Amino acid sequence: MTPLIRDEDRPGHDRRGFLRAAGAFAATVLAPGVTLYAFGAPGDSAAAPGAPASSAKRWGMLIDVSKCGDGCVACVTACKEENGWGESGDPRTGAQWIRKVSIRDPKTGWSADLPLMCQHCADPPCAEVCPTGASFKRADGIVLVDKHICIGCRYCMMACPYKARSFVHEPIDDQKPNAPRGKGTVESCTLCVARVDAGLKPACVDACSAKAGGAMMFGDLNDPGSDIAKAVKAKASAAIRSDLGLDPGVRYQNL
Amino acid sequence: MARARKSLALAAIFVAALTPAFADEAPSPMPTPFIPRGKGDHCVRDNAFMRRYHMVMLKAQRDDTVHEGERGGDFSIKACVTCHAVNGSDGQPVGYSDPKHFCRSCHAYASVSIDCFECHSSKPSLKAKAAEAAPPPDDGDVAALNAYLREARP
Amino acid sequence: MKTRFRTLTDHSGLFWAMIATNVVFLALGLAAALFMESHGHIVTGMSNSIVWGLPHVFAVFLVVSASGALNVASISSVFNRLAYKPYARLSGVLAVALLAGGLSVLVLDLGRPERVFIAMTHNNFRSIFAWNIYLYSGFVTIVATYLFSMMDRGASRSAAFGKGVAWTAFVWRLALTTGTGSIFGFLIAREAYDAAIMAPLFIAASFLYGLSFTVAVLLTMTRETREELMDGEMISKFSGLFLIFSLTVLFLTAIQYLTRFYSPAHRGVELFLLWNGGVYPLVFWIGQILVGTLLPIAILLHSRTRERGPAALMLVSVLFLFGGLCQFYVIIIGGQAWPLDIFPGLVASSSFGDGAVAQYFPTVPEALLGISGVALAMLLVALAIRVLPFVPVVRPSASTGTPA
Repeated sequence: MTPLIRDEDRPGHDRRGFLRAAGAFAATVLAPGVTLYAFGAPGDSAAAPGAPASSAKRWGMLIDVSKCGDGCVACVTACKEENGWGESGDPRTGAQWIRKVSIRDPKTGWSADLPLMCQHCADPPCAEVCPTGASFKRADGIVLVDKHICIGCRYCMMACPYKARSFVHEPIDDQKPNAPRGKGTVESCTLCVARVDAGLKPACVDACSAKAGGAMMFGDLNDPGSDIAKAVKAKASAAIRSDLGLDPGVRYQNL
Repeated sequence: MARARKSLALAAIFVAALTPAFADEAPSPMPTPFIPRGKGDHCVRDNAFMRRYHMVMLKAQRDDTVHEGERGGDFSIKACVTCHAVNGSDGQPVGYSDPKHFCRSCHAYASVSIDCFECHSSKPSLKAKAAEAAPPPDDGDVAALNAYLREARP
Repeated sequence: MKTRFRTLTDHSGLFWAMIATNVVFLALGLAAALFMESHGHIVTGMSNSIVWGLPHVFAVFLVVSASGALNVASISSVFNRLAYKPYARLSGVLAVALLAGGLSVLVLDLGRPERVFIAMTHNNFRSIFAWNIYLYSGFVTIVATYLFSMMDRGASRSAAFGKGVAWTAFVWRLALTTGTGSIFGFLIAREAYDAAIMAPLFIAASFLYGLSFTVAVLLTMTRETREELMDGEMISKFSGLFLIFSLTVLFLTAIQYLTRFYSPAHRGVELFLLWNGGVYPLVFWIGQILVGTLLPIAILLHSRTRERGPAALMLVSVLFLFGGLCQFYVIIIGGQAWPLDIFPGLVASSSFGDGAVAQYFPTVPEALLGISGVALAMLLVALAIRVLPFVPVVRPSASTGTPA
């Protein structure tokens, strides 16, 4: 069924009101000339549209650095496959939604490998600086780029402390249906938003558990009963650049 | 909102101007675009509505989906390219770069450029191809329409 | 004292040659923009690390200069220095032209320039960029009103109106440059930016480069009209302003860098920009400091500058403008070349250039696009002075006799 004709309007959604008005407008103008049977088709009440993102949830990820293998790129490969990036051979201009970073403490010699992607901040600097509001945070904490209104100014890339965003430098073709992306706009990890809305986990998390050390955990940080909430409660975890106070949704353990 | 209203008003004016011409399905000497048939019996709405408002509805749903995370609405661009897929000579669905593509054939005819497919895939996904293509046909329900119109009247 | 003004329609061969050069550069810039638009930013030297390149250097330089170009008008009508009044109109025209040049470059460098209207219909007012859109368009409106208040026979009789517009323009342009500086000042994640001093630094820079543009254009007009638009007294006045403004920029630049030296965490980026960063220390010390600041200051202080007059002042203006370009190159490109410190205290490496200095080699198209902004600004001025009386008529004896 379509939002256009739903009777039980959710409060606070003026878009609904607008669409009703739109329907009315269309109907009155169309009705004299055209058969109009668009509104209130009986089959419409059967299928409900997906539930909207809710602020009751806070999607997050927990990465156990000690389980992340040196040189393992299962998460990166899975992301490329799922979202269709990685076509460019040039690391300077090619997309990098997720990357493996090697870190080393020069004083002690301690070193580790970890995946780095959009940290889905609660206070995302990218969304803050975006002039058109194309960079935004969904109610459930997923930070996205609305590529329909991204003008390609790249201010968000200047503002992101994690270098998590890429600019599409070339025309591209054969995008994945679930991951639209195009020249002249900025993109980054979407937390596989289409999968998450369908009740699945992000591709990197699935790949890490299936093919690698199971270092990545995904879930609702706001739900005390979720695995991820229990894990961050049981053991200390850290946000990267926590000094900036951005409250990222991606957290790391054993870092 | 205000902007969308304005564009709707504009669309309505166009419709008012064009309705007689389009409602009349009799053959005319005018050249017509090549419009491949979609899968199934009906589109998600009747043809007249889709011709005028597909873009308005796509835009409205796009904002709902991207910003609010609402999925499953009728007006999805993925559904468009799935139902209206046209196979090329190799038996595979063609993309927007092919003049036979459903969206392109009409948009080229009407000389209206779209940039949907600079980002969106213009071909059905492999999964969607296997699934049942056609949604159940819509039936006219004048009572529901009237009820709706009464309710929606400001 | 009443100054007469004239249009400038009878051009010398040299002036036509300058117009032709600018037309060529404007055409090349538009072609470059079209090329970038169809191929994507892959044809520029910009990357996911250096996201803003040479076009932004030119654009920021022009936008900052635009606000400063209004100096002369402000000095005359806000601070009541009548000596500057003959140049006020030209200063206003130049301000609008420079802004138009800078904004064109900025827009054509967008990933989706055809969507620029979205920047008007969708606004996120937490973004200083969104505020700048209004600061910029407001600036054009206010300066246009300002010019009207100076040039319209009826409006120019109302002192209150003139004063009100003059003050509004003065405050507005300070806000505008604050907004431009804050684009960088508000970037918390980057060590080279994230400093409140960016706003005052940009304001001081705007005074200097705006004045340089004004003086350079005035001296070109002098040559064109074969009249002394600037007598010896004005030359020394402008020289004095140049000294004050350039020393202010120098002082704020010193503070900008010295503050960072105090924090051990920021010494890396500091050494990079000032000492071991390859091209950036060169551009800073040779371009901005030596050629773009100390040399013109030395010329200004030299006793014979007043005798040499216009030629020396022209050289000084050009040198300051060169220094300005160098300054913004170091700030914009150098600041991005230094890697983000994502893991403070640790050494990072990755396929995405983490922990490594980013390389940037500007390509011809982006250079042409940047230069075309200057060309557009100059052409707009040339066009404006053909159409409306912006250029003052000054008799050679103006400083002694009574002007008409």
